[in-house]
Amino acid sequence: MSISQMKKSLTARIVQEKIYNLLMQGRRLDGRSPTDIRPINIVTGLVEKADGSALVSMGGTKILVGIKAEVGSPYSDRPREGSFTVNAELLPLASISFEPGPPDERGVELARVVDRSIRESKCIDLEKLCLIEGEKAYILFIDIYVLDYDGNYYDPSTIAVLAALATARIPRYEVVNGKVQKTGEYFNLQLQSLPFTVTFGIIKEKFLVDPQIEEESALDVSLIIGVDEKDNVVSIQKNSPGLIPENLLEQMIETASEKSKFIRQKFSEALNVRNQNEQG
Amino acid sequence: MNNEKLKLISEEGIRIDGRRLEELRPLKIEIGVLDKSDGSAYVELGRTKIFAAVFGPREVHPKHLALPDRAILNCRYHMTSFSVDERKPLGMTRREIELSKVIREALESVVFLEEFPRTSIDVYVEVIQADGGTRTAGLTAASLALAEAGIPMADLVAAVAIGKVEGHLVLDLCDIEDKYGEADMPIAMAPRLNSIVLLQLNGRLMKEEFRKALELAKKGILEIYQKQRDALRKKYSEASLMEV
Repeated sequence: MSISQMKKSLTARIVQEKIYNLLMQGRRLDGRSPTDIRPINIVTGLVEKADGSALVSMGGTKILVGIKAEVGSPYSDRPREGSFTVNAELLPLASISFEPGPPDERGVELARVVDRSIRESKCIDLEKLCLIEGEKAYILFIDIYVLDYDGNYYDPSTIAVLAALATARIPRYEVVNGKVQKTGEYFNLQLQSLPFTVTFGIIKEKFLVDPQIEEESALDVSLIIGVDEKDNVVSIQKNSPGLIPENLLEQMIETASEKSKFIRQKFSEALNVRNQNEQG
Repeated sequence: MNNEKLKLISEEGIRIDGRRLEELRPLKIEIGVLDKSDGSAYVELGRTKIFAAVFGPREVHPKHLALPDRAILNCRYHMTSFSVDERKPLGMTRREIELSKVIREALESVVFLEEFPRTSIDVYVEVIQADGGTRTAGLTAASLALAEAGIPMADLVAAVAIGKVEGHLVLDLCDIEDKYGEADMPIAMAPRLNSIVLLQLNGRLMKEEFRKALELAKKGILEIYQKQRDALRKKYSEASLMEV
């Protein structure tokens, strides 16, 4: 059952007025311009026991992603493919608004939106994850934990998932006499696409990207748009109540395309530095 | 089997179910179909069949969820176990949890909740047969059920899914087009307000296709909107068969 969230408090409405007035001048509470994304920091391989992991911060929001690979049965309608599942938990240590317990609808939505970008952009070559057709294949468990919540956990979660995937070392199994066994070797997932999401907040007829927490509580409505490196829109999710003025959409798609390019560049830089360190 | 190329759209631009690219499936709307609820509607969009019912405004359970300044809206989107090809397990799947949320948020965008403080308005959407476009048809039905329950709204919500199938944008995609197509973009609008109340995209659309998809959605939505209004007028101007 999905139940209404608390209405904006009076303070939120006052903050909204303030944010709106700033937006009119092209400014934000934290000094950013409406289309600036907060600083992104990517650390990979933090969790040695995971097959891939990444800790990503976007401003004050921190996300930890870990990947575990297992061998299991492929889905019966996709016998030649491995599979992956995305889960997300909003940990109680990240915010007073997150409570312990099984993932609530916000966690489920986060997992499903990230899943959608990864799946639709065909970023993981699932056919390479098949071991025995119809019988054995790799299953990737991609788990997202929100560690510190300062607004917009969508975009850093997508970055963290891609960073963990891009740097993952998956234990290689081989088929011997029809049975699978570990080889002791590892392989990399060669990602075929890098789809990044951009979260938008709308106040009246103005929009901003990557809302930080004070802004988030003051938004009229918010929307997430995922774009891949070929400028395909690979996922959209309106994730709050409210009206999106029809005439803003195209502009937001355009901005999403620009901003996802920006994130992609930051992502590549961060991962290249890591590669150089490893080699050096 | 995998190598066999399923052709979803013919050379002449005719879809697998005989429709043209920009054609809706036959839409049937009945209002006031379930007696115990305060408002209800049944929507049939091709083979997609959905009941929606509304209870309230009524007392909130549990009480601590009540809000002092407005009603809360509860929404449950649920599919019966036999609504799909392979039996759906009982209980709520993650997909159903997500869709309950986006449907609730779409309705919250138009319902005047502040008219009914400390109460709850409960919306139940039951998919009895799923053939694509269930969340959008469910919303179309839910907004009619709200209207029948006499709950004030800024506008009715009309919704449709746009798909990309074999390179063509199509209106109101059915299940098989969704499964084998390239993209599924459900959209719900409050047409009178020129506003979007639900928007999702599952699949790949080129940036340039987006505007066209939006226009196509609007065309379908206006058609559905008109039928919703006709159905409401009909309900209150003559006795329906269901009442006899």
